[in-house]
Amino acid sequence: MIVAVASGKGGTGKTTIAVNMALCMPPPVTLLDCDVEEPNCAIFLKPDMRQREECCLQVPVIDEAACNRCGDCSSFCQFHAIAMLRQKPLVFPELCHGCGGCLKLCPTGAITERGHVIGVIESGASGGIEFVHGRLDPGRALSPPLIRAVKRRADSRGTTIIDCPPGTSCPVITAVRGSDFVVLVTEPTPFGLHDLVLAVQTMRTLGLPFGVIINRADAGDERTADYCRREGIPVLLELPDDRRVAVAYSQGLPAVEAVPELRPAFERLIGKIAGLVPGRRGA
Amino acid sequence: MKIVVTSQGGSLESPVDMRFGRAAWFVLYDSDTGGLEVHENTSGAGASQGAGVQAAERISQLGADVVITGHCGPKAFRTLRAAGIRVALCSEGTVAEVLDRFKSGGLEFTETPDVEGHW
Repeated sequence: MIVAVASGKGGTGKTTIAVNMALCMPPPVTLLDCDVEEPNCAIFLKPDMRQREECCLQVPVIDEAACNRCGDCSSFCQFHAIAMLRQKPLVFPELCHGCGGCLKLCPTGAITERGHVIGVIESGASGGIEFVHGRLDPGRALSPPLIRAVKRRADSRGTTIIDCPPGTSCPVITAVRGSDFVVLVTEPTPFGLHDLVLAVQTMRTLGLPFGVIINRADAGDERTADYCRREGIPVLLELPDDRRVAVAYSQGLPAVEAVPELRPAFERLIGKIAGLVPGRRGA
Repeated sequence: MKIVVTSQGGSLESPVDMRFGRAAWFVLYDSDTGGLEVHENTSGAGASQGAGVQAAERISQLGADVVITGHCGPKAFRTLRAAGIRVALCSEGTVAEVLDRFKSGGLEFTETPDVEGHW
């Protein structure tokens, strides 16, 4: 079972939910931190990192002597990563999405590929939890290839929990795609609700089953709960605003370790999700 | 000499477009023949990225020797330079006014991009 933890708005508690779910989940469990622009699960899990691997995007290299300047590559590239000039072709690796289309189209075989490092994948373990995260190199704008590389480390045995980036754009879609269930973490504020509605639309478009967690549930108003009721969206968990959780967070400690009475709430959450995953009802 | 001015419209009276890659139009003036061509930069406005690169590539295909624009970022500049096109930066005005300023020596060529990407 793969469970993705996403949100529209940032800072609602995705990492808190993902880390604490992993800590309360029966083994084997793998936690993938796919928020590769600022992965922070490791702060709480403190995994013993055993492996480190560079993540490369395959970008074109054009042999100027073999290139006939036809421009097929350049007009194909939606991302304008190749400029075909009379004098020579120019490649902009930082704009390339690594699709390989130019290589396939080139009639003279002038294009080969080389690896362009965009970040690293680090993996290890913390207690019984297998852990993998990606770290995008500063200045890189393209995270989906790194997110896909982290997701390839998912363990088909047991449960995989994916901590997703915030928002509703390509990185999020890349992170949630292929999941059995998506947990949308929100806060009961106008901003939280606004972005939750966008995230709900995204999950519906992708056809993924999902439920909502309202974090700091008593710190806002009723509109988020009302919205979920109206839309028939299951509210899986409402976590109260608890200063002890905030203090633990500021010290890099998981909530269930600092506030052990939260553990049953996470165990109930895990049970609810297992019951909502298609094909697993009643399991 | 063929000179391209980035423009908000398709005529000499249009105001200059200070943006390069996402300029609305390219006005091409041939100082040898006095000929004028206008080209709408339709793919620039909708480009998710690389607007400057595609604009520079297009201007190279138009056979320009000089581009006059408000600002030019690093990728556009690199492409224009590789194409052998020189860049002169201008302030606000109509295309005709800017061309006059250029012809009278009132505009200088830049040897570096003057703004960051995504300016």
